[in-house]
Amino acid sequence: MIEDEEVEILLTDLVDIYGYDFTSYSRASLKRRIIRLVSIDKFPSFAEFRYKVRTDENYLKRFVEEITVNVTEMFRDPSFYKSLREDILPVLGTKPFIRVWHAGCSTGEEVFSMAILLKEAGLLRKSLLYATDLNPSVLDKVRKGIFPLQQMKHYSESYIESGGLKDFSEYYTANYGQAKFDRELSEKIIISTHNLVSDSSFNEFDLILCRNVLIYFDKDLQDRVLKLFDASLGTLGYLALGTKETLKFSVIQNKYKQLNREKIWKKVM
Amino acid sequence: MEESDVTSSVKALLIGGSAGSLQVLFNLLPSLHHDLPFAMIVVLHRRHSADSALSELLATKSVLPTHEVEDKDVIRPGHIYLAPADYHLLVEKDETFSLDYSEKVNFSRPSIDVTFESAAEVYGSSLAALLLSGANEDGTKGLMYVKKMGGITLVQDPETAQMPYMPHYAMLHAVIDQVLNIRQMSHYINNLR
Ligand SMILES: C[S@@+](CC[C@H](N)C(=O)[O-])C[C@H]1O[C@@H](n2cnc3c(N)ncnc32)[C@H](O)[C@@H]1O
Repeated sequence: MIEDEEVEILLTDLVDIYGYDFTSYSRASLKRRIIRLVSIDKFPSFAEFRYKVRTDENYLKRFVEEITVNVTEMFRDPSFYKSLREDILPVLGTKPFIRVWHAGCSTGEEVFSMAILLKEAGLLRKSLLYATDLNPSVLDKVRKGIFPLQQMKHYSESYIESGGLKDFSEYYTANYGQAKFDRELSEKIIISTHNLVSDSSFNEFDLILCRNVLIYFDKDLQDRVLKLFDASLGTLGYLALGTKETLKFSVIQNKYKQLNREKIWKKVM
Repeated sequence: MEESDVTSSVKALLIGGSAGSLQVLFNLLPSLHHDLPFAMIVVLHRRHSADSALSELLATKSVLPTHEVEDKDVIRPGHIYLAPADYHLLVEKDETFSLDYSEKVNFSRPSIDVTFESAAEVYGSSLAALLLSGANEDGTKGLMYVKKMGGITLVQDPETAQMPYMPHYAMLHAVIDQVLNIRQMSHYINNLR
């Protein structure tokens, strides 16, 4: 058992020693992740766990990796991607240049899905996809563009459901149980660490995707991050969130209009 | 503070179900009173895509306002909340929901254990939890934790369950306060305070 106060102590340590600020994360999920980590790494007590986090920088790396949830998929929620294809890309296509930001991209499955959409719309050449996350280890995987081959059947089904017409396997080379995605896609992806809690706006975008990241933040931090997105979106830019996330009741809701049933908003002011 | 407030000691009723539990809800929900003084939080295992139709379907069975949970929704008495497909559903100290897209637990997301444990942390003894029909072990750990925190534990009578394994497994491992058939459930819930 871990007490709430112990969680707070640990979070304060992380700010003081490493500058990682998790204090505005949703507590229920955070506590569950901490308990899980203490258990799988078999720490006999919270004190020993805390000591390890405080003193071992390599363990800190593991801590951040395990505390943040990195689960992701290609073409997750196919109807969302279908709407990107049909409603958003035709509009973005009229621009001379397209900048997309995947904030909290994890291992990059979403970024490669987007690159495929852009390619099929004939827009990849004039696009750049910025892939950011606070966790450097997931970004190494984005850089490689290699995903487990066993997932491809599921991804291919979702791809088709999203309106994809090609043979999905054209996009990767299979090797030793791995699928390596085409260079043509990865060439357009710019990778960088970026912490939504502490880093600021770094460019102006036409489309920002931040899916299943805000669910880990409390309401105040959500508002702060939404303001950051607002400051990083050009006029008439689009903001896409996860299927259970919303701009409703947020500080920026009045400046945005939801397009359809999907969680995509257009900046109208 | 809750102790003195005898009339509204239960603040939430959790219902967890897997295979064969939908039919139970279809029978149970229409028989519930419209003025239940606690929130009902429903976690069902379901197939990924057969999605938002479920909350609409459940809504047609009940006079209580029924919602599929969105991130940070406020938990209100007299409302029914359904865990969305493919997310774990957690309860925060301020009685709002948060969602979590982490690894499956018991091959399930949402997992009944995850929601039961998280709600037990927040509600302690002001909580009741009911486990319905199903073919796996999800929910048992959750019930154990609800009990540990002083809450009430209930299961569907396995004899009446389409898939008796889940409630039966819970009875073998957790301390269960009541074993109920559907008619008894309805009576129990309508009188729960
Ligand atoms: C569940 S994944 C979402 C991946 C992908 N967007 C999707 O929906 O499939 C959440 C990601 O958010 C990242 N994250 C958490 N806190 C963050 C922060 N403060 N700044 C940037 N990324 C963060 C995590 O490292 C993780 O990779």
